[in-house]
This record gives sequence, C-alpha cells and structure tokens, in this order.
Amino acid sequence: MSALLTVSGVSKAFGGLQALSNITLSVNAGEIFGLIGPNGAGKTTLFNTLTGLYTTDSGEVHLKDGQQREHRLNNRAPHQVLKAGLARTFQNIRLFAEMTALENVLVGRHARTTSGVIGAVLRLPATRREEADSHARAHALLKRVGIEQHANRLAKNLPYGDQRRLEIARALATEPSLLALDEPAAGMNPAERSALRELLLQLQADGLTLLLIEHDVKLVMGLCTRLAVLDYGVKIAEGTPDVVSRDPKVIAAYLGDEAI
Amino acid sequence: MLNASLLRSRWFSFGLLALGLALLPFLIDAELGRSWVRLLDLALLYVILALGLNIVVGYAGLLDLGYVAFYALGAYVYAWLASPHFGLHLPFWAILPLGAALAGLFGVLLGAPTLRLRGDYLAIVTLGFGEIIRIFMNNLNAPYNLTNGPQGINLIDPIRLGSTSLSQPLTVFGYTFSGAHLTYYFFLLLVMAVIFISMRLENSRIGRAWVAIREDEIAAAATGINTRNLKLLAFAMGATFGGLAGGLFASFQGFISPESFNLMESIMILCMIVLGGMGHIPGVIFGALLLTLLPEALRYTGDWQRSVFGQIYIDPADLRMLLFGIALVAVMLYRPAGLIPSARRRQEFADAKT
Repeated sequence: MSALLTVSGVSKAFGGLQALSNITLSVNAGEIFGLIGPNGAGKTTLFNTLTGLYTTDSGEVHLKDGQQREHRLNNRAPHQVLKAGLARTFQNIRLFAEMTALENVLVGRHARTTSGVIGAVLRLPATRREEADSHARAHALLKRVGIEQHANRLAKNLPYGDQRRLEIARALATEPSLLALDEPAAGMNPAERSALRELLLQLQADGLTLLLIEHDVKLVMGLCTRLAVLDYGVKIAEGTPDVVSRDPKVIAAYLGDEAI
Repeated sequence: MLNASLLRSRWFSFGLLALGLALLPFLIDAELGRSWVRLLDLALLYVILALGLNIVVGYAGLLDLGYVAFYALGAYVYAWLASPHFGLHLPFWAILPLGAALAGLFGVLLGAPTLRLRGDYLAIVTLGFGEIIRIFMNNLNAPYNLTNGPQGINLIDPIRLGSTSLSQPLTVFGYTFSGAHLTYYFFLLLVMAVIFISMRLENSRIGRAWVAIREDEIAAAATGINTRNLKLLAFAMGATFGGLAGGLFASFQGFISPESFNLMESIMILCMIVLGGMGHIPGVIFGALLLTLLPEALRYTGDWQRSVFGQIYIDPADLRMLLFGIALVAVMLYRPAGLIPSARRRQEFADAKT
C-alpha cells in the first residue's frame, strides 16, 4: 500500500488557541480513513487546512496523483488543492442553493474543463463537445448517487438526505483521487444512513480513497479500514477500528478519565 | 410533424417580433412624436448598460455601485478621439472597441483591490471609484485641458456608417428615415449582440462559475473555481459593456459632461436590474426600458392635472419623482424577485407549492 495523502507535522493556531499540534498521518490509496474525536477536537480545522481554506503554521501536506506525482497541498488556494485531486464536502451543507441539482454537478466539472468566454459566445465545436461531455457525466453522477429524478430542481428544495448526496455528486464530478467527507451522515435517518454507507462502499470498490469525519461510531467502525483520533488538536491514536476502540486514551477522551 | 409545426410557429413569432421592432420607431414617431424616438434610442443604451451590470451584480453577485465610471470612460474616450477638443476625428468602429476595451481594463483595475470584499464593503469601495472618476473628469481641465472640466466636451462626431451619418435624415426609395430612426436601428443591432453574448455566457462554464460564486464563494473555491480570476472576468465583461454604451452615448448626444455620470446614474442602472429581475435577461431588458421611459411618461402628469382639475396643483417635475419612488417601493414589496423573475425563481414557487 502506498500513501496517497501524507500529512506531516501540521500545526495551526488561531490566536492563543492551538487548534492543531503537529499532526502526522497518512492515508493509503483505496482505503476509507476515519477521522474521529470529540467536538472541538480539530477535525474540521484539519479538513480546512488540507483543502486550502486555512493556511498552515508549520508542517506539510502532500498528495499523490494517478501518475504517482507528488503535489504539495499546504498553503495552496482551494482550487489548486482540488485540481491536484482532493475534493471535499462540508459539515453544514454548502450547495449552490439557487442552482439546480444538475447545475451544481456541472460546476464540479469546472476544474476539469477549459472553455472560456470566446468558446461560450461562439459555441465553438470544442466547447460544444465539452458541454455535452459535462452534461453526460453530471447526469451519470446524479444517477450514481440516486437523485437523477431531482436533476432540474433547485438544490435548496431537495430533501436533506438528497442534498448531502448532491454534495457528494458535485465533489465526484471533479474527478478526485481522494474524497474528504465532513460528517456526511449528520442529521440522516437510519434508512438514509445505510444507503449512504452502501454508496461509500461502492465508491471505495471503484478505487476512490475516502477520508471521513464522522460522529456515528457504528458507521465509522463498520466502514473504516483505519482511524485517527484527535483530541484538543493532538492525534492521540491511529490504527484499525479494533485497536483504536480499545485504546485507553481514546476511551478517556470520549468518556472522561474516570471511565478507566 | 409536431416538431416542424413547433419550429414554424417559433420562426413565425420571431418574424412577428422582428417586424414589430422594425416598425416600432415609426409607430412611436406617429403617435408620440420625434422626441420619444430619441428616448427609445436612449432606452436601448440603458439596456446595454443594464445587461453589462447584470453580469457583475446579477450573475457574479458583486454589488457594484460605481458602474457609471465605465460608462464615463467609454464616453470620454469617444469624445477625445472624435471631436474638435483634440482635433481628432477617428472612425467610430475604431473608437468604440477601444473605449470598451479601456473600460474593461479599468474594470480589472477596480476589481483587483476589491477581491477580498463582499456585499456592503464592496459596494462602498466601488461607489468611491465611481466618484473618483467623475471628480477627475470634473477637474482635469488644468494644468492640461484633458476633459474641459464641468463644461464638458461638445460637437462630438455622430456615428457614420459609410457615407451615412446617424444624425442626418436618410432617404431610401422615397422613404425618409430621420437620424433618430437610424440610431434606433443601429442601437437595436448592438443590443441584440449584447443580449446574444449575455445569453451564451449565462449557460456556459463561465456563467455557471459566476453564479456559483454568487451563491457560495467558499464552496465555489472548494469546487475548483479560481474565484479571483472569475471575479475579475465578471468586472471586465461588465465594464466592457459599460464602455461600449458610453461611446454610443457620446456620439448620440454629441455632448458629454461629468454631470451625466453621477452616482444617481449608477443607482438607476442597479434599480433596472433589481426591478426587472436580477440575473434574468428578459427581466433586465424590461427593467431598463421601463425605468428609462416611465420617468418621462410621468412628465405628462401636468397635462393630466390640468384636464381633470383645470389647474396644476403639484409641479409635474416633483410629482414625477414621487410617483416613481412609490412605484419602486411597491414593486419591491409585491414582487421582490423582480417584475419578470427568472425561471429559477418561478420554479422556486412551484416547488414551494408541492
């Protein structure tokens, strides 16, 4: 197994608050890597640091692409991170509310397409081919996540679970090698949860690597090949779900020191 | 079979629309007089301006209150290169693109320092930019007389197509077209080009990226959009249309002064977009036509008062702006999405019902 994503010694402080201290971890190609920890542990901060929304104070982040080339991700703009192959979803869904589901996914094609103003105005053959290809892919992705019947509805009018699926479809449209999901099951009912689980396993089977922040312990334990546990911005454990769930530091972080 | 008849009916309605647009100035000339044809010309100019600002505000969601600066730049470039002011009389087809391009460049110059700003903050900075340009135009008559200050630049060349000047009547097969009529057809052609460009952009990779930025800038960046470049592109495209309209305005009026490019103009253009239906081309066109023609129509309130009450109680000039203001408030209260909202908004209502 080769490391797809390498995070080495990443730290991030907001004023006096050390949100991340010297985080080191690596995600292997083809696995579902879970990132867990109590509220405020720094999971989303780490996500934002990986995806270019925050700069890092120190440390480096590297991602390998399909051709085994290394891309440095730390302190790059979000669109550069995405272009290198790391796509993400958000904890509080961030869709383009006034655009249709189809258009949301089409926006995901932006980084992988090139036509500009002139191509659009003159509708050049290359632009038409590109648009047709983007539409075909977008429809296929909507079908893939199971919401093709909503293609022409505004994103904001979709049911909650479908909005989460649409966000995943939009991220998939960018052709990522690593997909980072920030609490994808949050607020879902049990049926939606098990459907999501199926979808994530399918994506893994298709060769996509997943990085997952999740609070639902059952989902995480059943789905992830490996886990890292954060607490107060420090990685306190890493390993397979079995090992991590027995780690006394993890139990202490979740249940308090008295539990041991 | 169905398709063929559908196509025929579509071409039929296109033909009808074209015929209507071709005859419109004659109808207006006969019914309302020559001055209304000139107003119609001006309304077409505002359609270009509004569609330009619509790219910045309606698509990309960047609230720009200094849009009139680009209009002014286009107008002054035209005046400098085609008037006795510098003794230059270059042809319009060389100056119009030049003015538009220069305005586009200034769009990028204004856009660059405002990239991190949003909403109210962006509005204030752009407002400042608009005022700076106007004040420059007002004061650049010394030490070197660039703009002729508040007196403005006079005797600007009209647009000349071949040997035909758009300010002179033209007789074809016994029919005489006045300058106002010719200007109407020329402006209409340009308006159609601008509508075409806007429509093509709206349904493109670029247009979708603009709307994505408007909807959620962070999500747009995380979805792979280079927000800096696309925002600059929106500013540049909008400013280019503004500069084009400015050049047309200078040639149409034959005279420009800083007075024509004050903050009220920027606000009026913004009102056209908001009132008509932001981000929706038919709405924006309607808004531009309405807000240019309605204030003029309200001048007739004096005649109306005389015929009903026998005398004028309220000066039409005052009443006009009062009624206009009330109309704006009423539209925003009862049709907040604009008079002709986009299909998106309509769909929103449809979805809300189900």
